Amino acid sequence: MTLPEDYLKYPHRSHGMDHDLYPWSNLFNRPTVRWPGDKSVALWITVALEYFPLTPNDGPFRAPGHMVTPYPDYRTYTTRDYGNRVGVFRIMKVLDALGLKASTPMSAKIAERYPALLKAVQDRDWEVIGHGVDMNHIHYGGMDAAQEAQQIEDALVMLEKHTGSKPVGWFSPARSESENTLELLAEHGIDYACDWVNDDMPYDMTTSAGTITAMPHTMELDDRQLMVTLGQNEETYQEQILAAFDLLRSEGKSHGGRILHLSLTPYVIGQPFRIWALRKVLETIMASNDVWSATPSEILKVWRGK
Amino acid sequence: MKYDPEHYDYWPYQNRPKIVWPGGKKVAFWVAPNIEFYELNPPANPQRKSWPRPYPDITPYSYRDHGNRVGHWRLMEMMDEFGVRGSISLSVAMCQHHPEIIEACAARKWEFFSHGIYNTRYIYGMDHAQEQAILTDSIKTVETATGQRIRGYLAPALTHTEHTIDLLAENDFWYSCDLFQDDQPQPLKTKSGKKLVSMPYSLEVNDHYAFNVYGQSARQYADLLKRQFDTLLEEGAESGTVMCIPLHAYLIGRAHRMGPFREVLDYITGHKDDVWVTTAIEIADYYLNNCYDDALKSIEAAQREAS
Repeated sequence: MTLPEDYLKYPHRSHGMDHDLYPWSNLFNRPTVRWPGDKSVALWITVALEYFPLTPNDGPFRAPGHMVTPYPDYRTYTTRDYGNRVGVFRIMKVLDALGLKASTPMSAKIAERYPALLKAVQDRDWEVIGHGVDMNHIHYGGMDAAQEAQQIEDALVMLEKHTGSKPVGWFSPARSESENTLELLAEHGIDYACDWVNDDMPYDMTTSAGTITAMPHTMELDDRQLMVTLGQNEETYQEQILAAFDLLRSEGKSHGGRILHLSLTPYVIGQPFRIWALRKVLETIMASNDVWSATPSEILKVWRGK
Repeated sequence: MKYDPEHYDYWPYQNRPKIVWPGGKKVAFWVAPNIEFYELNPPANPQRKSWPRPYPDITPYSYRDHGNRVGHWRLMEMMDEFGVRGSISLSVAMCQHHPEIIEACAARKWEFFSHGIYNTRYIYGMDHAQEQAILTDSIKTVETATGQRIRGYLAPALTHTEHTIDLLAENDFWYSCDLFQDDQPQPLKTKSGKKLVSMPYSLEVNDHYAFNVYGQSARQYADLLKRQFDTLLEEGAESGTVMCIPLHAYLIGRAHRMGPFREVLDYITGHKDDVWVTTAIEIADYYLNNCYDDALKSIEAAQREAS
C-alpha cells in the first residue's frame, strides 16, 4: 500500500497553532488577575437546562444525552424531564442555602415551555447563556451557513422574548461547532463562548466578525462526564472536585486568580442519592473563605481589567 | 499478512538471566510524557479516522491542546521537584509549533524519542519509503532542535506496518516502545540483524487507559501505580524490572489529578536504595551493553528446549 503524497506534507508546520483562531500561550506566563476581595478562586457554576425533543432530528450525530431507543424513547425523555422538573429545584435549594448564584446554558424551548422554571431562574438572578433552540439544533462542520445563522438567531430571539434580555454568552449544544459558528456568534453580539476546552482561564479568539472570549467550561469535571459517561460514583466525583479546588487555590496564590467551574446537569447531580455530593463540595470550598462566587459576565469584567 | 508479529520468540517470565540495574537497583523507573500535536484538519487516512465528528471537531482537539497550554507546565514542575527527567514521546512537529516546550525540556536534559510527526498522521497504509521518511524527518527534526540523536520510537497513535520494527533497527534506533509483551526489556528480531531492544512501556498503566478507557478517578490511578510499583519491586529482587508511567499532560495535568499523582512520584522516588530513576535511552544503553547477549542465549535455549 501507499498513501497519497499529500499525506506526508505538512502545510501548517510552523510556530503556534495550525489555525488562526488564537495564538499559543502558556497559562503560567500570562498577566495575572486579581479577583474581588483578593480571593484565590472564582467559582463559576452552570446548571444546564436542556430540552431533548422526543423526536431526535438527526444530523451527523446526536447530542449526548439525546434519545437512545426506537421512538418513542420514554425512558430517556422522561429522565431528562426529571432534571427540569425536580433535579434543578434540588440544586437551587443547595445554592440558595449558601447564597450562591449560578448561570444556565438554556435551550430556548425551555424558556418557552416552562415559564415557572424560567421564573425560578430569574428570581435568583442567574445569567442565561444561549444554548441553541433545543438539543435537536446542533451545529456541525459542513452545515449550511445560512441555516446555522438562522438557528442562532432563533435561539437568541426566543430567549430574549421570554427572559427580557439577549444573552451575551453561548454554549453550543453538544459542544459542537461548524467552521462558521464563532464568526456567526460574534455577528450576533455574543461576547463569550463556552465550547473550547483547552484552558483553565479565559482567552480571546479572533474571528472576522470580531473577538469572542473563550470561557473555560469544564468537560473533565462535568457531573455527566464523570458519573454517567465514566460511571464513577458521587464519592469519587466530590473528591475530584475538591482536589481541583485545592490545586487551583494554590495556583491562585502563586499565579493569580483561577476559576473553578462546576458544570451541573439536573438529571445527574439532582438525583436524591447524588445531591449530597454537591452540597458537600460547595460547603467545603465556601468554608475556605477564599472563593468569589460569580457569573461568567462578572468574571470577564474583572479578567478584562487585569 | 503474518499469523504472528514474528518480532520475538516466546520467552516465559521464569528462569531468565538475572538483570541487576546500575548500583544494584531492582526497578528501572522511567516516566514518558507524550508531548503531542493533533491537527484540527489532518488529511484522511483510509484506515483510521482522526476525529469522530466532521471538521472542525473542536472538543477532542481543544481537549488535547490543554496539555500544551496548561498541563505540561504543571507536570514538568512536579517532575523537577522529584528529580525525574522525562523521556518524551514526541510528535516531532512540536519542535516547530511549540519550541518553547521543547527548549524547556531540553534545558532539563530530558530525553526525546519519536512519536511520529503529528498524532493525527497514521502509519497505516504507508509504503516502505514513506515510513522511512517519517523516521528520517524525526531524527533530523529533533537533532536540529535539541542536538539529541533520538534512539527510541513509539509509533504515532500506535499505528504500525510490518516494516516498522525492521526500519527502526536499520536507522540505528536502540529501542522500541511499541510492543507490550513484557515487564523486562528484551532483544527483538530484525531483518538487518542489528540490535534493537523492546522497551516496556505498558498501556495498562497509561493515563489514557486509566482515565478514559477504564474511567478511573485520580485517586484510583495513583493507587494502582503504587501497586504496580510494589509488585515490580518485589519481582525486581529476582531479576531487574522496568516500570514506565506513560502520561499525557492533557490528562494528568488537570487540576484534580496533580495532587494524587504527586504522591506517586513521592512514593516511588522515595525507595532510593531500590529504584533507578532514569530515562529510556539509559535503560536501553545499559541493557545493550550488559544484558542483551545473555538474554539472547537464554531465548535461544528456550527455543531449543521447546523444539
